[in-house]
Amino acid sequence: MRVGTPDVAAPEDAGAEIASPRDMLRRFVQGDLASLRVILAIALIWIIFDLQNDRFLSATNLTNLFLQITAVGLISVGVVMALLIGEIDLSVGAVSGLAAAVMAVLNVKQGWDPALAIAAGVATGAAIGLLQGLLFTRFRIPSFVVTLAGLLTWQGALLLVLGQTGTVNLSNSGVTDLANTFYGPAVGWIFAAVAITAFALVTLGGHRRRVAAGVTTEPLPLLLVRIAVVAVVAIVSIAVLNSDRGLPLALLILLAFVIGFQVLATRTVFGRHLFAVGGNAEAARRAGIGVDRIRVIAFTLCSSMAAVGGILAASRLLAVNQSSGGSNLLLEAIAGPVIAGTSLFGGRGSVWSALLGAVVIGSIANGMNLLALESSVKYMITGGVLLAAVIVDAVARSRRQAEGRV
Amino acid sequence: MSDPILSARGIGKRFGPVQALDRVDFEVRAGEVLALVGDNGAGKSTLVKSISGIYSVDSGEFSFEGRPVKIAGPASATELGIATVYQDLALCDNLDVVANLFLGQEELRGGAASLARFLDEIDMEQRSHELLEQLSVTIPSVRSEVGTLSGGQRQQVAVARSLLGEPKIVMLDEPTAALGVVQTKQVLDLIRRLRERNLGVVVISHNLVDVFAVADRIFVLRLGRRSGVFEASETTEEQVVGAITGATADTAEQERQL
Repeated sequence: MRVGTPDVAAPEDAGAEIASPRDMLRRFVQGDLASLRVILAIALIWIIFDLQNDRFLSATNLTNLFLQITAVGLISVGVVMALLIGEIDLSVGAVSGLAAAVMAVLNVKQGWDPALAIAAGVATGAAIGLLQGLLFTRFRIPSFVVTLAGLLTWQGALLLVLGQTGTVNLSNSGVTDLANTFYGPAVGWIFAAVAITAFALVTLGGHRRRVAAGVTTEPLPLLLVRIAVVAVVAIVSIAVLNSDRGLPLALLILLAFVIGFQVLATRTVFGRHLFAVGGNAEAARRAGIGVDRIRVIAFTLCSSMAAVGGILAASRLLAVNQSSGGSNLLLEAIAGPVIAGTSLFGGRGSVWSALLGAVVIGSIANGMNLLALESSVKYMITGGVLLAAVIVDAVARSRRQAEGRV
Repeated sequence: MSDPILSARGIGKRFGPVQALDRVDFEVRAGEVLALVGDNGAGKSTLVKSISGIYSVDSGEFSFEGRPVKIAGPASATELGIATVYQDLALCDNLDVVANLFLGQEELRGGAASLARFLDEIDMEQRSHELLEQLSVTIPSVRSEVGTLSGGQRQQVAVARSLLGEPKIVMLDEPTAALGVVQTKQVLDLIRRLRERNLGVVVISHNLVDVFAVADRIFVLRLGRRSGVFEASETTEEQVVGAITGATADTAEQERQL
């Protein structure tokens, strides 16, 4: 009888495949650490700016900060969809401006109902995303080229839509209320209570179902800590917001989109396929996933969220003009999620990184304005932060590759 | 000896001037491990890809469980119950074991959640546990990211995934290439368990030691032709090497083919 290999028992053989608690704990702590690192970075940035200028952590300034990041945060939610499949969309800034212009012109010049005008703006974004996604998948052109062409095209379209005047001022309350509505203390506290209760119920309910089914679950203490953190953040936020103008509707809109897209990305078949395409498109294709379909949907969602962000920005500015969607908006919308841990190389990240990244970038911009720094310094610091974040991403990736993970 | 699940008669496949497969007869039985060996360019991969529907053959016919069938593409091979695990495994390293096992055939939650196509993670995880336990696959956790697993563990996950479609034949392309001693043993053990499940297992391998360790029959291809079929228990390595190189080819086989 011939034996292929020496008859040694592998050490792992004994353990079958039941997870060791330490391994599970390490895995989940590592998962949480990614967001924890960003939260610590935010705390550090806030402390540094507050030491320089004690108005930084005032209720008024923090409320302003949240209002400032809403638009870019919403755009980043869409950018995460593109990043997860390992692609990039450079047209989000231009699309946000164009969608806002379409909404403004229809509402102000054509007298459309605000809800319809907003829907038309978002539909414009969706149509652009569909077109760019189809161009990308049909002709196999790199996404950055397709969307770079899009950036120029939609900037031109913005000028065309705005016409001779170049600026459209918004006055219809149906539009301007989006960024300028604040809810009183009672509403704020009710919202906090509902949010904390819902989070606790979902977390603990999921834990109980998993325990009952006898499958792996995160350790209960870790879940309780997470619920406590969410509760503290919610309570402190509401307390701060209430001592200024109250809970902004814009923040609720941002949170709703972040949570909605996070659920889509982590709990649905579509989200699973999004990660699969970003991780190994060939494997996804062989598993029967319509890779091009997933890509087209991701680009459509990306541009649609750019439109939503652009409309919020216009609502806050009370106008759409020729520079809407220009300036740093594009870079901030892409840099934010990358700073907060969504990989530029695809397949890794979370929608929360859109929110956390926007807070990091928004805090730096807000703090530097408060310190009245020169534009030259502001540009260079923002550039440095972006570079640092991308280097962190690249280093994490090469370390994974060194460990045999790709 | 049981009847063949799959039998192929007179399979021919030509790429331009190259006759990659020339009138090859081939059969796989339930509950056997058939090793497919041959030198580089002998036609092993071409034969496997013809059976799995990636190539369409120029001549010859297939019959599956006694019925004549046409293999029109990968989907029709899968439908018949032919699963193939290629050398590159096609796993998503950024997803965990459960996600990879069910990739493209995810379980959905019932009720209202099914409209949004919500994943039934609990059900998928339970089924993953069952499957991996039956196969005695050794991995740290079903929630481990596949990228963190060793080469042997990844191979086992890829094989386990091919079983979710309840195939009758599993074809493995070089499953032990580039694996260490312990991992090779794990994969060979897994191949034996596939045989115990009464599957027909086709293993392409370059490593004759592995072939003799696990195979019931050894099918040798040489220059696109069947150069010999051996019962592993009644054959020496020298005879198989002879058939591979053509030095001492099974002349009866060859004459019949010519």
